[in-house]
Amino acid sequence: MRALIYLVLTLCALFYMLPLYVMLVNSVKPLDEITGGGMMNLPQVFTLVPWARAWSSAQIGVEPTGLSPYFWNSIRMVVPAVAISTLLGALNGYVLTKWRFKYDTILFGLMLFACFIPFQVVLIPMARMLGLMGLAGTTRGLVLVHVVYGVGFTTLYFRNYYAFFPTELVRAAQIDGAGFFRIFWRILLPSSGPIAVVSIIWQFTNIWNDFLFGASFADANSQPMTVALNNLVQASHGVKEYNVHFAGAILAAMPTLLVYIVAGRYFVRGLMAGSVKG
Amino acid sequence: MGFLDIDNATKSYGSVRVLHNVDISVEEGEFLALVGPSGCGKSTLLNMIAGLEEITSGEIRIRGAVMNGVHPSKRNIAMVFQSYALYPNMTAGQNITFGLEMHGVPKARREQARQRVARLLQIEHLLNRKPGSLSGGQRQRVAMGRALVRNPDVFLFDEPLSNLDAKLRVDMRTEIKKLHQTLGTTVIYVTHDQIEAMTLSTRIAVMNGGYVQQLGKPQEIYDTPANIFVATFMGSPAMNVLPARVMMEGTAPVAETALHDGTPVRMPFSQANLAQWAGRDILLGIRPESITDENTADRTSGNIARLTNRVVITEPAGSDTFAIMTLGGRDVIARMRSDAKVAPGIDFTFAVNMEKAVAFDPETKERIAS
Ligand SMILES: Nc1ncnc2c1ncn2[C@@H]1O[C@H](COP(=O)(O)OP(=O)(O)OP(=O)(O)O)[C@@H](O)[C@H]1O
Ligand SMILES: [Mg+2]
Repeated sequence: MRALIYLVLTLCALFYMLPLYVMLVNSVKPLDEITGGGMMNLPQVFTLVPWARAWSSAQIGVEPTGLSPYFWNSIRMVVPAVAISTLLGALNGYVLTKWRFKYDTILFGLMLFACFIPFQVVLIPMARMLGLMGLAGTTRGLVLVHVVYGVGFTTLYFRNYYAFFPTELVRAAQIDGAGFFRIFWRILLPSSGPIAVVSIIWQFTNIWNDFLFGASFADANSQPMTVALNNLVQASHGVKEYNVHFAGAILAAMPTLLVYIVAGRYFVRGLMAGSVKG
Repeated sequence: MGFLDIDNATKSYGSVRVLHNVDISVEEGEFLALVGPSGCGKSTLLNMIAGLEEITSGEIRIRGAVMNGVHPSKRNIAMVFQSYALYPNMTAGQNITFGLEMHGVPKARREQARQRVARLLQIEHLLNRKPGSLSGGQRQRVAMGRALVRNPDVFLFDEPLSNLDAKLRVDMRTEIKKLHQTLGTTVIYVTHDQIEAMTLSTRIAVMNGGYVQQLGKPQEIYDTPANIFVATFMGSPAMNVLPARVMMEGTAPVAETALHDGTPVRMPFSQANLAQWAGRDILLGIRPESITDENTADRTSGNIARLTNRVVITEPAGSDTFAIMTLGGRDVIARMRSDAKVAPGIDFTFAVNMEKAVAFDPETKERIAS
């Protein structure tokens, strides 16, 4: 019985791994091995040239720059967006649980509502807002969009986490003479590790993988990795360099994979934390 | 005017009033216990003194200065919470000095203060540990250290011992009492444990339903409770309260009630003014330790009444044996020596110390003053 379960599980796992396998093996083959059929075969000639091309010399749009400048665009967008939205979420959660005010639950309800607004709905108003603020086509504009969109989620996470954080601690700190921000920095934030990890992973993967906002609001100098990858694959002239496409796709997915590997085990723990008492 | 004055203070949440016109004046160095059942408003009152809850109306003054609206950290008070509320991310030592740090005390002085407090509470070896790795009793000490280090005008304790096991609770109780004697700082101490209140405090405020029922020295509260609530809340087992009628034997008022089989029995009052109640019903309050066997009866008492009644059950409790009988239609508990010859079903002659008995008005439930 046990063996059967393991067999089924292994087969499922292999099935799910198949696309990754295809991407990996084909990204290290010369192009003629792919076009000759044999997508599933291991490479006869091993080469890293497709990776090098994808990173630094493939044609993206009109420039042969490779994906590297766009990778840095994504980093410049994702790091501040994740940091700001997580911090704001923590601050909101702190206020909503420890400095309750009239109608705070209604406000929180509205913020939650923001989580369920489809991206497409906000595209045009957002474009107009960015234009008015002079942020159209800039990385800062993208950061703003992602912060606004993400803060509903991060607030939800932190509010639920801080709801289980003993209010007596805040009172003790008040008597000790700590003010609003000091209590936040010195008492709450240092105890927020698990939920901060959840928030960071969630925000990082969402923002890094976003295509729609990147395609809508960025110009050539601020396009994120996802948009550049699309341009690489969609390039209309010349032969389709599938091996380069595969390498580029893996490069684009790498950072989120890394984040999962480094912090993933805290993710489940953080999601559970509220329910078992923090 | 006292050291800490609570002057006609009330507290409402919306339209719900949870504290009614509280008037308490505390002298410097006093140990005041706020005691009462769950939900009676003890914590609310304490938090109002601390500045953690707003005062709806009335005034709270410390050293004559009005505290309404003054920030908790500016009241020179320190508080120990029921959950200890130790900062989980800091070591015990950092927990203790956090308040000094917030008040801008230089590092060297903080270090000194920490050593002094740690020595006093014998927690020097715990200073580098996080609260998560401390036992309940150790956390309790660290929490006290955090309060002590600031040399406050007033210590506020909110049920500080209720999370400890029974034995540790008794130990820490003694320790708190010693600390109070050493330091002489004013203490307001919330508890729902009437024994803690009796043993620790110089005065007790018994609260119920948002009202202070009685404020007085522990012995006063015990011997002359203001009403039936206080009488039955303070003391364990609770005071017996049974219906009786005031009758006259010559000029002396006596209480007439009924034995288990309905036979009337009379016990003379020591309280002469009860003559005014002649022919009327009262509620008679007698503490269990005032009902004993004849040999153990208080020899200094000038008024011992005897009655022979059927024992319903006995409850041996080590040092004492409790005998339960039916008197005036109620279960009445007598506290006997453990070697007293009581057994269920027998008729036993009890000695009742009527000097200590109190009478209550059955309408108002207030004690009939002597
Ligand atoms: N924020 C609040 N809003 C409404 N009512 C409240 C609030 N806080 C306390 N109360 C009410 O005030 C009353 C007194 O509460 P309090 O916490 O002071 O009781 P307590 O005597 O400390 O009880 P316990 O022994 O259980 O701690 C209770 O009836 C409680 O329901
Ligand atoms: Mg309480």
